Order: sequence, then structure tokens, then C-alpha cells
Amino acid sequence: MAEAPQDRATAAASAPLLTQEETLTADTFIRGLWQENPVFVMLLGMCPVLAVTNSTINALGMGLSTTFVLVFSGILISLLRHWIPKQVRIASYIVIIATFVTLVDYAIQAISLELYAALGAFIQLIVVNCIILGRAEAYASKQRVLTTIVNSLGTGIGFTLALLALGTVREILGNGTILGISLFGPDFQPWLIMILPPGGFFVLGAWLLYFNWLRLNRLRRVTTFTGAPADAR
Amino acid sequence: MHVELQTQPTATPVWPMLRTLGVIATLSGLLVVLADQITQPMIAEKQRLLTEQLVFQVIPGAVTKRDFIITADGRLEATASGASGEPIYAAYTAAGQLQAVAIVGSGGGYAGPVQVMFAYDPSCQCIVGSQVLKSNETPGFGDKLDTDPAFRENFRALEARVDTAGTALANPIVTVKHGTKTAPWQIDAITGATISSRAMGKAANQAAQRAAPVIQRDLAKLTQPN
Repeated sequence: MAEAPQDRATAAASAPLLTQEETLTADTFIRGLWQENPVFVMLLGMCPVLAVTNSTINALGMGLSTTFVLVFSGILISLLRHWIPKQVRIASYIVIIATFVTLVDYAIQAISLELYAALGAFIQLIVVNCIILGRAEAYASKQRVLTTIVNSLGTGIGFTLALLALGTVREILGNGTILGISLFGPDFQPWLIMILPPGGFFVLGAWLLYFNWLRLNRLRRVTTFTGAPADAR
Repeated sequence: MHVELQTQPTATPVWPMLRTLGVIATLSGLLVVLADQITQPMIAEKQRLLTEQLVFQVIPGAVTKRDFIITADGRLEATASGASGEPIYAAYTAAGQLQAVAIVGSGGGYAGPVQVMFAYDPSCQCIVGSQVLKSNETPGFGDKLDTDPAFRENFRALEARVDTAGTALANPIVTVKHGTKTAPWQIDAITGATISSRAMGKAANQAAQRAAPVIQRDLAKLTQPN
């Protein structure tokens, strides 16, 4: 208990096999947003990240759907964690995840058929999103319900923010709009490639470059001030 | 000879695994059925509103609509009669005049069929509007079919004239490469979205080939009051 918070965070982040139940701290939530951001740090779920981030609204719809599935499948898996034999755990997780994805699928149709048409097959494909199965296997199956909810929410919001970071930039550059509202007037010649698949790679690459630069910069500054190498995060 | 029949002493009993999977699958089934029951009327209502909204969108100025069916033997029947077939939607002005008919067609696009609603004006025998209903085209990209101003120009008066025999179009509607449109029944493609544009052309052709001859033959049914 004498550990510094920084050390505990390091231990939690670097050890995928958490065996002890984690105490609920702010870090449980924030980790998914920053140190363990599913997109910019872990590079997971690249399929929807590249495919449906061509507009802000699509990115938001996808991010919130994934967050919903993350949280609710996490709750159920955490509740059943002492009860699922390890031989059938992956099958159980997939069935649970698929159930919540189907619920989201119906819900989006009931909310907006337009959004449903825009997101297409990527809603159903949330089932195979490795962020969710990863959280189920590495976290929900070992932790209490409350910490699971907080952690899943953090990861989900981290994912949503990452999608928005891509979606907003791509919509502005590739379509000259934000949430469908024109920004530059009718004379703007949209940079079409940005809403095409290659644009996804360009913008993702640019964001990764930026975040890695930030990280290295911070590392360099800390090293200069303290004289000791610090954690790269 | 001693044959060891039970070679796996550490195997987990089958029953807990079966029980777990069984319970989870049952729970999953219940949740999905429940969600389906709750959302189905909402989705049907959304779909109906969307159709109505789309009809008035492709036929601006119309205030009322009546639903008809093209039967398999090529006749027009009111939907209320219970006939089954392709639906079309006749839209009327405030004065009760037939303005245009909304017809639906689909064509193969970049990623599966593109379903489009067209406004067919029986008096000029031409297509005067369009709206994509369903497409799996690259998100944010197939949208151009509805928003690109130059492409929209194609659907101001796209000729869909019925031939003298009254069974098909005199000139099938086709999509041509950007900038090579020469005839009123051709669609000028969007640069960079040629396959989607072509799907639009196929959809227009399919819808008009099927509906235009029937509408011209049974025009009286559409124009007469309820």
C-alpha cells in the first residue's frame, strides 16, 4: 500500500494478466482515455477506425455503440466470472458480446435509419472488435462489476474520442463540413481523398505521429529536469 | 493388453460447460427477442415515415400521396385492395392534381445493390427527381448521388419515354462517362464515383422499364379521385 500511484499504474498497465482485484481509482477510468487508449496506443479495432470515420456523426454513432457493448458485456461477464469454466470462456464472451451488438443494431434502426444505413455492416462487426473481447478477457473476467463498468466506460470513451479525432478531421478536409454544416462556403474544393479509405490511413498516421511526438517530448523534458530516465508514458 | 480408457484424469466435467453455454445462449435469445419485440413497431413506423418523407422529398410541392401496387401481370391496383407486387406512390398537389409518381429501382453498385426512389412525371414522360433509399456504397461517398449538384442536374428531366408498343422504354436509361452526355436519356457520371453513378443509371432504367409502361397504360386509375 506504500506504492506510489505512478508505480501502481505502471504495474496495472504493463501486466495484462491482472490476478488481483483492482481497487477503484480515477486511474481505472482515465487509463482507457490516455495511457491505454485503444486506438492511439494499443492500435486495436483498426477496421471500424479506418472505415467509418469519414464523418463526425458516423464516428460518434460507432463510438457510442461500441461503448454500450463494452459496458454491458463487461457487466455480464464480470457477474458470471466465477461461474464460466475457462474452457468455454471465449465462446461465452462472444455470445454475450453478440447479444448486446444485436440490441444496439435494433436500437440504431429505431433511432435513425439514416445512421443505420451509413454505418452499414460495421455495427454487426462490433462483435469481432478486439477491443471488446480484449477487455472481456483481460479485465471483466477478473474484476468486480463496479471497476469493470468504470474501466469499460473509460475505454469506450477513449475509443469514441479517437474516432471523433479522425472523423472530424476527415469530414472537415474531405467534405468541408462538420456535422453536415458547411464551414468554408460553396467555393471550397473538398479534399476528396480524405473521406476515401486512404484518407483514413493518412489521418490516423498523422495523429499517431503527433501523440508519439508528445510522449517523446515529455520523456525528454522529464529526463532533463530530474536527470533520471522516466516512464515513457 | 491393458487399454487405458480414461486417459484424461484432469478433464473438466462436461456438465458445467454445457450448463454455462446453455444458460448464456438462452439469456441471449431472450434479450434479442425482447429487443426485437420492442423495437419492431418503432422501426416499422420509422420506415413508413421515411417513405412518406422521401416521396414528398423527391416530389416537392406534393401534399398528399396514395399507394399503388404494380401486379405481376402488369396492372395497377390500390395497395388497400390487398394485391401484392411492386409498390409505387402517386403524389398529388393541393388541388388534387396528379403531380408525379414515386417509383423504386435498384442497380448493382460498388458494394451491393443501390436502391433509389425516382419521381416519374407521366405528363413529360421523364424522371424529375431521385433519392437513394439504401446503399452499401462507401459511407460518406455514395452520399454524392444525392448531394452532388452537377449530378443532380441529370434528374431535372431525364427522358423515360415509353416506346410505340407501350411495353418498354424507347431509349434505355444509361450512365455515361463524365462530360460525355449527349442525349436526354443519358446520365452524366460523377468523377471518382463512376460505379455508384452507373448503379444509379441501372436503378433508374430498372424502375422506369417496369413502372413507366404500366403507369401510362393505367394512368386513369392514378388521376381519378379516391
